This record gives sequence, C-alpha cells and structure tokens, in this order.
Amino acid sequence: MKFKPTLILSAATLALGITSGAQAGTLEDVQKRGSLNCVVSTGVPGFAYTDESGEWHGFDVDFCRATAAAVLGDAKKIKAVTSTGKTRFTLLNSAEGDVLWRNTTITFSRDVGVKLRFHGVNYYDGQGFLVSKDLGVNSAKELDGASVCIQTGTTTELNLADYFFANGMKYEAVPIETNDEGRQNYLAGRCDVYTTDASGLAATRSTFTDPANHIILPEIISKEPLGPATRHGDDQWSDIVTWVYYATVTAEEKGVTQANVDEMKSSKDPEILRLLGVEGNQGEELGLPADWAYQIIKQVGNYGEIFDRNIGPNTPIGLERGLNALWTEGGLQYSPPFR
Amino acid sequence: MNDNAATPKQEHEPGTHPNWPAPILTSGPIAWMRDNLFSSPFNVILTLLALWVLWIIIPPIINWVFIEAIWSATDRKDCWAQMSEPEAGACWAFIQSRLSLFIYGFYPEAERWRVNLCFVMLILFLLPILWDKCPGRKYLLWYCIAFPFIAGWLLIGGFGLTPVPTNEFGGIMLTFIIGVTGIFFSLPIGVALALGRISNMPALSTICVIFIEFIRGVPLIALLFVASTMLNYFLPPGTTFDLLMRVLIMVTLFSAAYIAEVVRGGLQAMPRGQYEAADALGLTYWQSARLIILPQALKISIPGIVNTFIGLYKDTTLVIIIGMLDPLGIGRAALADAEWAGLAREVYLFIAVFFFLCCFGMSRYSLYLEKKLHTGH
Ligand SMILES: N[C@@H](CCC(=O)N[C@@H](CS)C(=O)NCC(=O)O)C(=O)O
Repeated sequence: MKFKPTLILSAATLALGITSGAQAGTLEDVQKRGSLNCVVSTGVPGFAYTDESGEWHGFDVDFCRATAAAVLGDAKKIKAVTSTGKTRFTLLNSAEGDVLWRNTTITFSRDVGVKLRFHGVNYYDGQGFLVSKDLGVNSAKELDGASVCIQTGTTTELNLADYFFANGMKYEAVPIETNDEGRQNYLAGRCDVYTTDASGLAATRSTFTDPANHIILPEIISKEPLGPATRHGDDQWSDIVTWVYYATVTAEEKGVTQANVDEMKSSKDPEILRLLGVEGNQGEELGLPADWAYQIIKQVGNYGEIFDRNIGPNTPIGLERGLNALWTEGGLQYSPPFR
Repeated sequence: MNDNAATPKQEHEPGTHPNWPAPILTSGPIAWMRDNLFSSPFNVILTLLALWVLWIIIPPIINWVFIEAIWSATDRKDCWAQMSEPEAGACWAFIQSRLSLFIYGFYPEAERWRVNLCFVMLILFLLPILWDKCPGRKYLLWYCIAFPFIAGWLLIGGFGLTPVPTNEFGGIMLTFIIGVTGIFFSLPIGVALALGRISNMPALSTICVIFIEFIRGVPLIALLFVASTMLNYFLPPGTTFDLLMRVLIMVTLFSAAYIAEVVRGGLQAMPRGQYEAADALGLTYWQSARLIILPQALKISIPGIVNTFIGLYKDTTLVIIIGMLDPLGIGRAALADAEWAGLAREVYLFIAVFFFLCCFGMSRYSLYLEKKLHTGH
C-alpha cells in the first residue's frame, strides 16, 4: 500500500495548493488567465474548425475571438473547449468554459431550467431535412417511415418527434453524437435523412463529393434562434457578451468595417464615436478598456464581415443572409442603440 | 504417401544410402498447403472461397491506399483533381498537412522540441523495461521511475521553461501522456490493492474491496465526467485544479481497480503450497510477497494485465467527452475545415492504424514475455 496514499496525498495537495480561493467574477478570471475559454462544437464546417496550423476558425469561433478582443485586447487569446450537444451546458456550468458560442438554440428550458443567460441571437436558424435526390422525396411530409440521423441532446431531437407526431408519421431515429458522425452515417446510407439546423445542413452538404445530389427539403420545421450563453450569477460578464454581439451588429449598420475603423474614429456620427470609445465611457462601465469595440472591429470585423468570411455566399458553405440580414435590409439582426 | 509400394531393387548397399531430402509432396509448402488448405473437399471449397474474397477485397484497398493515393495537394479539390476520378484514392496530403496537429495538438510551435525530447526519453524509458539484457539496466531503471515526473515537468514548463497550459496538449501526445501515466501508476496501485484485498487485516481488505468494486461498478466515461464537471461542484469555488491532472488520476484509479482484480486472480491461482513454503522459510510478509508470491502471481496475470493496459490505452479516446482533443478529436475538428472536409476515411484510417500499431505491439510483447517467463509448474 505504498503508492496509494502518496498519490491521494499529492492529489490533495495539488488540489489545495492551486486553490486560489478567489471567487472573482468571470471577467477577472479571464483577465488573470490571459485567455478566454469558449465552449464550441467539435467541428461544424463554417462554424468551428481548425486549420493546418491548429488555429480555430468559423462563425462561432470569430464571435469568441471578438469577445477576446474586447476583454483581452487580443483576438488570438482564445482556447476552444469542444463539446457535443450533450456536454455543452455542463462544460459551461462547471466553468470549463467562460462563454458558449456553439450553434445553440435559445429555449425556455435552457434559459430557465439549465440556468443559463442568453444574449441575443447571432444566427436565426430553423430545422431542416437533408435527403439524397435518389430518395425521390420533395417534401418532408413524404418522409413517413424514414430513418433519420439525429444528434442527441439537441432541440432538433425534440422538434423531430413533435413534427412527425403532429403529421401522423413514423420514423426510425438513428442517434448520433457529433455532426461528423451524422455526416458519415448519412453518407453510408445508415439513415435516409439527416436533420439539424438548416445552417448545419448546408455546411455539412458543402463537404460532400456530390453536393448537387442532395437537397434540403423546403419545410423548415422549427425556430432555432442560435446565440451565446453564459452562466447565471455574473451580470457584468453577461453584459459584456451581450454587447460584444451588439457591437458587431451596430458596426455593420453604421458601415464601420475592419478596413475603415480607423477613419471612423473621426466620424461625425456620435453613436460611432461612442461605439469606438472616442466619446463617452461605455468601456469603463462594462469594466473594459475604452477601445473594446474598436478592437473587435479592427481584429475580427463587423457582423456582416464575420458572416461573409465564414458562411456567406462566397464560401463553400454558401448561406444567404436571409433572416440574418440587418433589420434595415429586411432581416432580423437588430441592435439596441449604443447610448 | 508413406506407402511406397514394394521397393524395387536394392540400389544402395546397406548403410550407404545417401540422405535424400524428403519427397517434395510430404514436406515444404506444397505439403503444408495439402495438409492445411486442401485436406478435404469441404476445405478446398473454403480455401477457394477465401481466396476469392481476398481477391475481391485486397486489390481495391491497395489501389486506394497506395496506388491512387495523393501525398501532396493544397486542398481537397486539388487532391481529387490529381486522381483518375474523385475519391479513387486516399488523399494522404490532408493527414500530412495536419500531421503536427495530430502529434502535438495545440502545443506552441516554438516549444515542440520539448515534446520531441519527451518522445526520445520515452524510448529510453521503454528500453530497459522491455528488454532485460539492456546494458546498464540497473541504473536505467532509476531513470525509468523518474521519467514520468521529468517528462511532466518538461511538458508543463518546469526547469524555467515557458509554461504551457495543459489545455494546449492534444493529439498523439495526449494519448501517450494518458496511456503511459495510467499504465505506469496503475500497476503498482493495482498490485497494492490486490494484496490489500486478500490481506487478512479486515479493515484494509474492506477498504480495498469497496474501492475496487466502486470503481469497477462505474463506467470510465462517468468517472471522467465527474472529474471534469462534478469535482468543480465539490471543490471550493474558484478552485482550478488542472483538468488533465484530474483525468490522469481518474484513469489511473480506474485501471488500477481492474489490475487489482487481474492480479488477485493470479494470486489465487497460485498453489497454496507456495504461500506455506514462504511462511515455512520464515520470510516476513513483504519478503515473501516480493520474492515468492508476486513474481509468480504477476507472471500468471500477464495476459490480463496487458489486456487491461490495451483497454486503458484505447479508452483514452473518451476524453473528447470532456473537451480534450485526442487524435480523434483533432481529426473531427480538422474534418470540419471546408477546404478539406469530406476526407473522413483517411482520418479514421490513420487513427486506426496508429492505435492498432500501439495495441498490437503491446499484445505481441506480452506474448513474448509469457513465453520467456514460462517455466511451468
Ligand atoms: N441548435 C440545436 C442543434 C445544434 C447542434 O448541435 N447542431 C449540430 C449539427 S450542425 C452541431 O452543431 N454539432 C456540432 C458537433 O457535432 O460538435 C441545439 O441547440 O440543440
């Protein structure tokens, strides 16, 4: 019995030794650590993925970077904590992550039951169905008896059950953990249909050899407002995440881009001046440097730029702005004023 | 074919018959095939069927893996453009472009020499352990005991090196860290638990039984989840107790419990006479354990122990559940890159080969060890 006590002892000392005892707010924790931990997905094309050098990219990751730019002044100082549909909230609630940017739908039970704070909708989505053209199906109503690949622990799992029940149809669920697994199963013919957020479907389809042979059915069966989340109990941190998102939207609305943000500092529009920290003390009120939003735009870009770079029409994902256009252009992206 | 009909004439004087090789039909490959592959009509059919199946399967695989494979390309489209038709061959260029990610995870590039150094040290560590005729083995074994700690310090950034947070560890390196640490620490702990369990001190054996049965009753994935999330609820708020450390402890305890049971099997399989003989010689408990009981019991348990190690090694992929990126996790995140996405087969094959080599190596070594130590009772 020589080894066990020593191991447990050393574990205990380690546990106690590293205990700071500080119950600092998330902001202080992040600043002390010097990096921001974001809960992201295990990999969805266009939303979160790694490149050759191991850098994370994607729509979700860029918002994580925007948060880091605001809080730490450096968009590079992020750490991605990957999570499946089932583990994401536990990872957030157990403080493995500071903020969750992971195509996550805002729902009542997650907001209230799981005790999360949501901070606006950075992507308006809805659940769709991806099928092979060979199946000869043109509408979701014809899917009676189909086998459906469905990610466990997601809203889409529940929507699917509701939809098929409401339409008096049967299906065979093929449960999967990650998007990649769904893709493999679908391509291997393990399921006739892959269902998840339409954005995810488009992203996944873009990786097929023959994307043209697969269609996304016209029915969108749910509302999937995707947005960032944080834990309960840290209002300052919640405000920061909320306004990081709004800053990207306001910047787009006001025409502030990565390229012209320096010129915009001498703009005549008082709201731009407040946004960029030239006037007023909004940064200070958030507990951030005055140029927090300037850093976001400078290092990451405004909402439109983030969208176009990762998932827009000129990327392999090729999503249209649709509902995610600015409200001034008929979409739903709308930021409260910076006042 | 022993029945050589009636021998015709005597060609050689008695005692002068030269040593001819056995007839070609009773030795060599042909005989082997006749005995093993074509010994009955049924076997002939099976053999032909098997050959046919291999003929169908193997050439396309070889074609895909080697002949049509592309080793350098800028992205998926480029890769496919170089083949006779898309997906006709493997696009190993993808693996190549991600190789450092697969090996080092997110370990900072400038510091990767530390990981390389650890890989070299790992070989030095395995050498004296696996090869008992290794020169200077006695001294090297001391190094072996120190190795996990030195390597740990080196990777985290002791010795005045730039600290690297453990959440940047990943890939094959992470698999090795968890695998080696788990194997290294779980064996002694497991042996201790096994001895404790059969000890005749009731308190000790009860504690060991409870521990072993508790751990064996819970799946590893649950323990990992506890390690990553629940622990934070129990520890004082604000505590940050390194996640990798927690995982290492859980994995070690988990496999220790299994090792304990395997070793207990070995202990019980030994004839009682061995225990009695040790007592009769007047050896103390520790002497008899060290000199008589454990060497024999461990020898019997080798297959089970290695089995546990292989299981442990493969279980390291479960860490993806708690957000750590082992090669599988790295692969998934890389597969979502639209430039390359769609090359899942390559990624999974690569990872499978990696795990197969490691596990096959372990199991071969255990066979060798069993043979070498087989002295029979
Ligand atoms: N929006 C839904 C579903 C989100 C979801 O999990 N989508 C999948 C498919 S696009 C995904 O992101 N998977 C990421 C992964 O596999 O890690 C939810 O919040 O429950």
